Amino acid sequence: MPDNADNAGQPGIPHIEFRDVVKKFGDNTVLNDLNFTVAKGERVTLIGPSGSGKTTILRLVMTLEELTGGYVFVGGDPLQYEDRGGKRQRVPDKVRRRTTTQIGMVFQHFNLFPNMSVLENIIEAPLHVMGLSKAEAIPKAEALLEKVGMADKRDFNPSQLSGGQQQRVAIARALAMDPEVLLLDEVTSALDPELVGEVLTVLKDIAEETDISMLIVTHEMQFARDVSDRVMMFDEGRIVEEGAPEKIFSSPESQRTQDFLRAVL
Amino acid sequence: MNPSWWDWNHAATVFPLLLQGFKITLLATVLGTLIAVVLGLVVAIIRRIAPTIIRNPVTWVVEFIRMTPLVVQLVFANLVLSPYIESTLAIGIWVLGIHYTTYMAEVYRAGIDSVAKGQWEAATALSLPVARTWRAVVIPQAIRNTLPALGNYAISMFKETPFFVVIYIPEMVRVAQTYGGDTFRYTESITLAGLIFLVASYPTSLLIRRLEKKLA
Amino acid sequence: MDGVIGFFEKLGPNLEILVARMPQILDGIQATVLATALGGLLALVIAIVFGIAQVAKYAAVRIAARIFVEFFRGTSLVVQLFWLAFVLPQLPYPFGWRLAPLVVAVLALGLNYGAYGAEVVRGSIGSVPRGQYEAISALSLSPMRGMFRVIIPQAWALMLPSLSNLWIQLLKGSAIVSTVLLYDLYFRVEQVRDQTGTWFAFLFALLAYYLLAWVIVIIMNALEVRAKHKIGRGPALSKSWGMLFRAPGSVVKGGALV
Repeated sequence: MPDNADNAGQPGIPHIEFRDVVKKFGDNTVLNDLNFTVAKGERVTLIGPSGSGKTTILRLVMTLEELTGGYVFVGGDPLQYEDRGGKRQRVPDKVRRRTTTQIGMVFQHFNLFPNMSVLENIIEAPLHVMGLSKAEAIPKAEALLEKVGMADKRDFNPSQLSGGQQQRVAIARALAMDPEVLLLDEVTSALDPELVGEVLTVLKDIAEETDISMLIVTHEMQFARDVSDRVMMFDEGRIVEEGAPEKIFSSPESQRTQDFLRAVL
Repeated sequence: MNPSWWDWNHAATVFPLLLQGFKITLLATVLGTLIAVVLGLVVAIIRRIAPTIIRNPVTWVVEFIRMTPLVVQLVFANLVLSPYIESTLAIGIWVLGIHYTTYMAEVYRAGIDSVAKGQWEAATALSLPVARTWRAVVIPQAIRNTLPALGNYAISMFKETPFFVVIYIPEMVRVAQTYGGDTFRYTESITLAGLIFLVASYPTSLLIRRLEKKLA
Repeated sequence: MDGVIGFFEKLGPNLEILVARMPQILDGIQATVLATALGGLLALVIAIVFGIAQVAKYAAVRIAARIFVEFFRGTSLVVQLFWLAFVLPQLPYPFGWRLAPLVVAVLALGLNYGAYGAEVVRGSIGSVPRGQYEAISALSLSPMRGMFRVIIPQAWALMLPSLSNLWIQLLKGSAIVSTVLLYDLYFRVEQVRDQTGTWFAFLFALLAYYLLAWVIVIIMNALEVRAKHKIGRGPALSKSWGMLFRAPGSVVKGGALV
């Protein structure tokens, strides 16, 4: 088992840390004693067959799933549970929300708020979580819309947009929080094939222009190769193999990785 | 043991009377449900297959009955029918049953709509006759989906039987009201009537909710 | 009570009586409309408060709301009316309130149908897609803000058809309030019946209730079209006037009718 300590090539302090993480759904153990870290500014892509626990990892970072055992830290802060005097205790919701403000997430199904316009979607959290004024939030939102190529759609309703356009708005919405960590959960899986490109292009630009740490689950192997610093191959809740994308994609060591890549490439 | 506001003697006197009335309440619920279940299916099928000239009037009547008060319908039917039908209870039960027929018809309609299109096509592909298609394929599947709603409407009817007071049928609440009027003690009779309703309807609605989860 | 024949024999005089009694009947309609409107408003408030309380974070709040809803759903409207009108005045201090008939009617109608409405509200809050809740979390919005700014506006569109049906139920239920001495449409028509001796007046009553029900249908259809348009699921009201006259479905989802 590769362990964090073996990642000699990863510089800097851990930005995300999974420590002895266990996640069960009922009797089904999805993650069993998982340990890994993501360095500041690092882009890590999780690959593996469906049901291998990749998405669960992202959802644990976003605290969308209850952690069964162990700890998850972001920027050194414990997310759901902390170790207080040797006892595993829940972090109060308010404290947890303060930590999660530095985490942004883009979902497979966009999850834009249908009752708000594009602009309202983007400024909602800056206004009501970060406490910006409208005069600050709106120009910022407009700049982000410009960046994702949606400036002309600011007053549209999400239902008037194509899937690719909705996803670009969702990316702008996540970025409006100035996240230090960005979670991308199969962001192109729900899109028609011809719309995938526009979303990936936007994401590649963002990866180049910023130093946001990213944790990515995707089936787009070329995209994974382009943006990742490190690829982790998962199977049955365990890291089978990890390394630089060139290495994983061209000369994988594990039989599981070879089988998986042969099936998807 | 007798606080000023609650008299156990009154409670003990009125309780058996209430149970007598409760028998009528139950009878009306059961027979009303039967009527609604059968006629509702008939109406649903008519609205599905009958020609427009029949379907439209049926639809209109169903809507009219559904959108007007049971109370007024009870009094109205009692006035119209009492020269011909002696039992007020029979009139009440039929009105209750027909009122809820209009709800049940909607439930069946939704149930029939929920049978997948492929089922109809498969029946056609097998050259099943229309009657056989309905009886063996559509209705069994439709009814399965309607069971929870049916149960909820039965409970609903149960709780609307007190509307019978307007035509003086001695069901439980009418009994409670009469007792209160005669003795000037309403507290025990009305409170007990409410509790009996609660005790009878709550477990039933729990059962239905379980059924709902099971079928979902 | 002279059956079908009396109706035709006395049609002319009956009509005259009906016209002569119109001022009182209009008073009755006013009482019915008032009870239905105020009762509906109270029911809406109760439905929203107890619907949300049933999905509250604290178990104690959820359980209390659950008990309230089950109690008022379980004990029948007529019993609640009688209890407020006849039992409440007999209770010792600090109760023993003798409430005005309109207050009794509005309270009973509001509590009873509000309890059903709470189930509708709870159900439609539960039907808002999971992804919306996750997006709220992902943006670190507070649960309060998320509930009122994101979830409720979407649930509102989902709950309106059922609330429309419940409001019609409430209107129909209001026809019983003359038993607690509120002189509503039913009561005034019953008075006319007393004079004409036939069931003629009740035809008029049925028609009047039917029209009142349609007023509710149209109001609620308008709200529904508007709410759906706001979440991008349908045309604006100005482009779909026909929707206003769509007949209501009768199946109340999320806790069923009664």
